[in-house]
Amino acid sequence: MTEQDKGVTTKEITIHMGPQHPSTHGVLHLFLDMQGEKIVKAEPDIGYLHRGTEKIAENLFYPQFVPYTDRLDYMCGMTNNLAYVQTVEKLLEIEVPERAQYIRVIASELSRIGGHLVSVGAWALDLGAMTVLLYAFREREMVLDLLEMLCGARMTTNYMRVGGVRFDLQPSFKEKCTEFVDILPKRISDYEQLLNENRVWLKRNKGVGIISAEDAINLGLSGPPLRGSGVKWDIRKDEPYLVYDRFKFDVPTGETGDCYDRYRVRIEEMKQAGRIIKQALQGIPDGPFNVDMPEIVPPQKKNVYKDMEALIHHFKYVSSSFKVPAGEAYSSIESPKGELGFYVKSDGSEKPFRLKIRSPSFVNLQSVDTMCRGQYLADVIAVISSLDPVFGEVDK
Amino acid sequence: MAGRKGLNKTLLVDGLKARFGDVIHETTVDKGEVTHLVDREKLLDICTFLKNDAQYHFNFLSDMHAADMHTVRPRFEVVYHLYSIPKKHRVRLKVKVDEGDSVPSVTSLWQSANWAEREAYDMIGVTFAGHPNLTRIYLPSGWEGHPLRKDYPLRGYKDEYNPFGEEKKS
Repeated sequence: MTEQDKGVTTKEITIHMGPQHPSTHGVLHLFLDMQGEKIVKAEPDIGYLHRGTEKIAENLFYPQFVPYTDRLDYMCGMTNNLAYVQTVEKLLEIEVPERAQYIRVIASELSRIGGHLVSVGAWALDLGAMTVLLYAFREREMVLDLLEMLCGARMTTNYMRVGGVRFDLQPSFKEKCTEFVDILPKRISDYEQLLNENRVWLKRNKGVGIISAEDAINLGLSGPPLRGSGVKWDIRKDEPYLVYDRFKFDVPTGETGDCYDRYRVRIEEMKQAGRIIKQALQGIPDGPFNVDMPEIVPPQKKNVYKDMEALIHHFKYVSSSFKVPAGEAYSSIESPKGELGFYVKSDGSEKPFRLKIRSPSFVNLQSVDTMCRGQYLADVIAVISSLDPVFGEVDK
Repeated sequence: MAGRKGLNKTLLVDGLKARFGDVIHETTVDKGEVTHLVDREKLLDICTFLKNDAQYHFNFLSDMHAADMHTVRPRFEVVYHLYSIPKKHRVRLKVKVDEGDSVPSVTSLWQSANWAEREAYDMIGVTFAGHPNLTRIYLPSGWEGHPLRKDYPLRGYKDEYNPFGEEKKS
């Protein structure tokens, strides 16, 4: 290290950061080998929130697992639901009706905005700017209200199900949602005014935690951290799912791959998400919001209380679920954190034989070491915030 | 799947089979996904080729995991999901491995395999030869057993911290 060259000799020490630390976004435990104020090696120690989600999945019926996916990346439950049900639908080889696809796009883009708002807000808070967090949560509240209109829940949504979505849009949803996406760009430019040229923000983020495009790909980064390094890869564009190929939107990228670029990418992505929602709201067709397959779609709950047939149907669905043909499928989506994929292997029964979650936060977190080496201790905070790990997802 | 791009079968199936015919034991094309079951010993050769060849250019290891087949021998299968960012295609490689044998680590090709292999070791108990730091990742280092194995009870084994677990069969 350079300190030694200058004649300052310090002993290398290892310090623990976390797992109880306000700016590690959950229960991250880092072993930091330090030479003076500089990081020699940063080693994450994870698993404090491990709940054995994959083992649980093997012991549940396919539809019963949907609520568990909400608890993975709890900042944006909709995208987790989507990734899971999409994989099961791939195994069943069914295509959901167009209206459901549009609703799914709207829900997951709202989720993306909500997720990025927390990311940017908490990041600013970690670096000492509390105002941004409070503003971001004001807008996030609007997102959560919209999600509540969709499904009655705010964070653990459990909204999507195999074959469609649980409820149709409320009559006033379109209007409220349009209102929100109209306000959004103005609000985002408020954050940008607070941060973009903020001297402290620039000092803490510009040139900090640089990762080259080559390293980023090699480490398996995806989502905003990968695009911040200049790699233009977005699953919504490159392997379009749902109806994303019908919408016009840009994929923002950075140049240097530092924390500031990752911040810029997230801000731009929120604007683009607003654009997508607007187009989806205009283009949404009428029609059913579930496939017409009674064996995989339960009856509407309100009918269950007064209709005998619906009650029997409901009982059958809840008690014995449906069988999924033997085979395997992997399907991934662009979640706010990156590539969220589910691999399901079925043995032809009602429960998955093996389910593997490719969670973006888990893979992204590996790059902490590469990003932090040679940086100051204080920069670790900026780097972690810029990766935006969510521990429900890292630890599964 | 709606909207997914067509599959380049000539390249991903025929091309690979022509080159590695003797080490690819089985190939399945299902739901637009190509899966090759390859020889465990030759895994690194195939992966190196797939990563470096300009036509394939699989520079991104999307994910890897292990699965326990329990009653079947060899007992475990290790699955690699490869993706190429420039070429935008996917392929899945599988190797079979029995208890006590190990799979060559692909960390030298893709660093992202580091944690993934640790996870597979932790959850299933497959070992990877040449891994720089093959330790448990989620569970504490003194943990006994591998929870994602089919013979591991859902509620774990009974001990002083887990009164609801199953009695251990000795």
